Amino acid sequence: MPTPLVVSDVAKSFTMHLRDGIKLPVVSGVSFSIKAGECTVLGGPSGAGKSSILKMLYGNYAVDEGQIIVTHEDGLIDLAHASPRTVLAIRRQTIGYVSQFLRTVPRVSALDVVAEPLVERGEERETARGKARTLLAQLNLPEKLWMLPPATFSGGEQQRVNIARGFITEHPILLLDEPTASLDATNRDVVIELIAAKKTAGVALLGIFHDHDVREAVADRIIDVTAFAPGKLAA
Amino acid sequence: MTEEPLLRVSALSKFYGSRVGCDNVSFDLWPGEVLAVVGESGSGKTTLLNCLSTRLLPSSGTASYRMRDGQFRELYRMSEAERRFLMRTDWGFVHQNPADGLRMTVSAGANVGERLMAVGDRHYGKIRATAVDWLSRVEIEQDRIDDEPRAFSGGMRQRLQIARNLVTGPRLVFMDEPTGGLDVSVQARLLDLLRGLVTDLGLAAIVVTHDLAVARLLSQRMMVMKDGRVVESGLTDRVLDDPRAPYTQLLVSSILQV
Repeated sequence: MPTPLVVSDVAKSFTMHLRDGIKLPVVSGVSFSIKAGECTVLGGPSGAGKSSILKMLYGNYAVDEGQIIVTHEDGLIDLAHASPRTVLAIRRQTIGYVSQFLRTVPRVSALDVVAEPLVERGEERETARGKARTLLAQLNLPEKLWMLPPATFSGGEQQRVNIARGFITEHPILLLDEPTASLDATNRDVVIELIAAKKTAGVALLGIFHDHDVREAVADRIIDVTAFAPGKLAA
Repeated sequence: MTEEPLLRVSALSKFYGSRVGCDNVSFDLWPGEVLAVVGESGSGKTTLLNCLSTRLLPSSGTASYRMRDGQFRELYRMSEAERRFLMRTDWGFVHQNPADGLRMTVSAGANVGERLMAVGDRHYGKIRATAVDWLSRVEIEQDRIDDEPRAFSGGMRQRLQIARNLVTGPRLVFMDEPTGGLDVSVQARLLDLLRGLVTDLGLAAIVVTHDLAVARLLSQRMMVMKDGRVVESGLTDRVLDDPRAPYTQLLVSSILQV
């Protein structure tokens, strides 16, 4: 099985034009790969650039230098230089993402928020809703909330909707940005089970977990992001 | 996945005398794709929209549109009659002010039916049934079908304008500030409706707006314009979450947080 994702020599900085163009380097020399059936964890203190790396791998942040090679539809594509249209296709078919916070859309129910990525991949809406129900039940989201838009849900409820939305599809790569941050112990365990099932299915996972117990339970490998601190290479 | 774009725009410029309307704009638009054009008043976004929809002829540059037979046609070389036909059938144009896109003194049903007749539909019963169906899709009660839009609220008028535009099954819709001037609750309803229709019908759309939240909700891709030029473009969430150009950073940092 080919390596689904290879990151080589990626660098990222922010230029703040409103502050006299000051340049804030975030990471440089980021190189690693992730394997199918494994959960790789990005480790390091807050501000080390873990989330920025994840966002670059999803095309949400631009990449200054380097390559992100993704196995997509039997070919290799450099996500760092891909057109918006290609990035959208990669998101639809290859790379899934569970963000830290749910971005809600007015008037769309939790059930449809969860079902949407499957529908985008061509699944029948009712079949997708069926799968969404199963996942929401597994994550203990009260059934009376399913038909409501999640805008008014609590943090933990929104996060469970977000997790269900990320886990519903069969993307070969799944990025997780602190999916368990605002969950109680019971639901943390559900997420650990879901991650284990993805590994068995051969999905390559890459995540950020501040929760020590969760990290212990899911990580096959930890990449220390402080190794990619910009000063280290520039010196 | 379709292999060819619907619209190809290359080096499009429009000058008003020595003043720049829009300058050297190029992009491709694919079927099912929603492109947002953002920027402040006077940035050239409406000039661009008017050139693309052939309501205005550009000073230089080209735009080719893939017709239903698969052939690309150069828009600015078509005859006036051909362009009007395209505008009536394959395209829609949603104006910021519904009064510009509706006939205010004929009934809501006739506003929708008129577009159908323009594409050759002659059967009254069928036209009326389609009109009723479209009014319900834009959430206008069936008993308002014989009322004139003059008697409608702003939000209803805008929904009626959308129905009038979409009834002929266009492949490309131009929208100029479609939610401008509406209350936020009415805006949310309209955005949700537009989002659903665009997805269900697989429409391509070019939406001009100064509201970044509207752009985030409706579009996958975005172009930021300033002084007639495109200063940044890319995936909508990339542009908004990691703005690179000084002007985009200013725009994004100026959003009021609620």
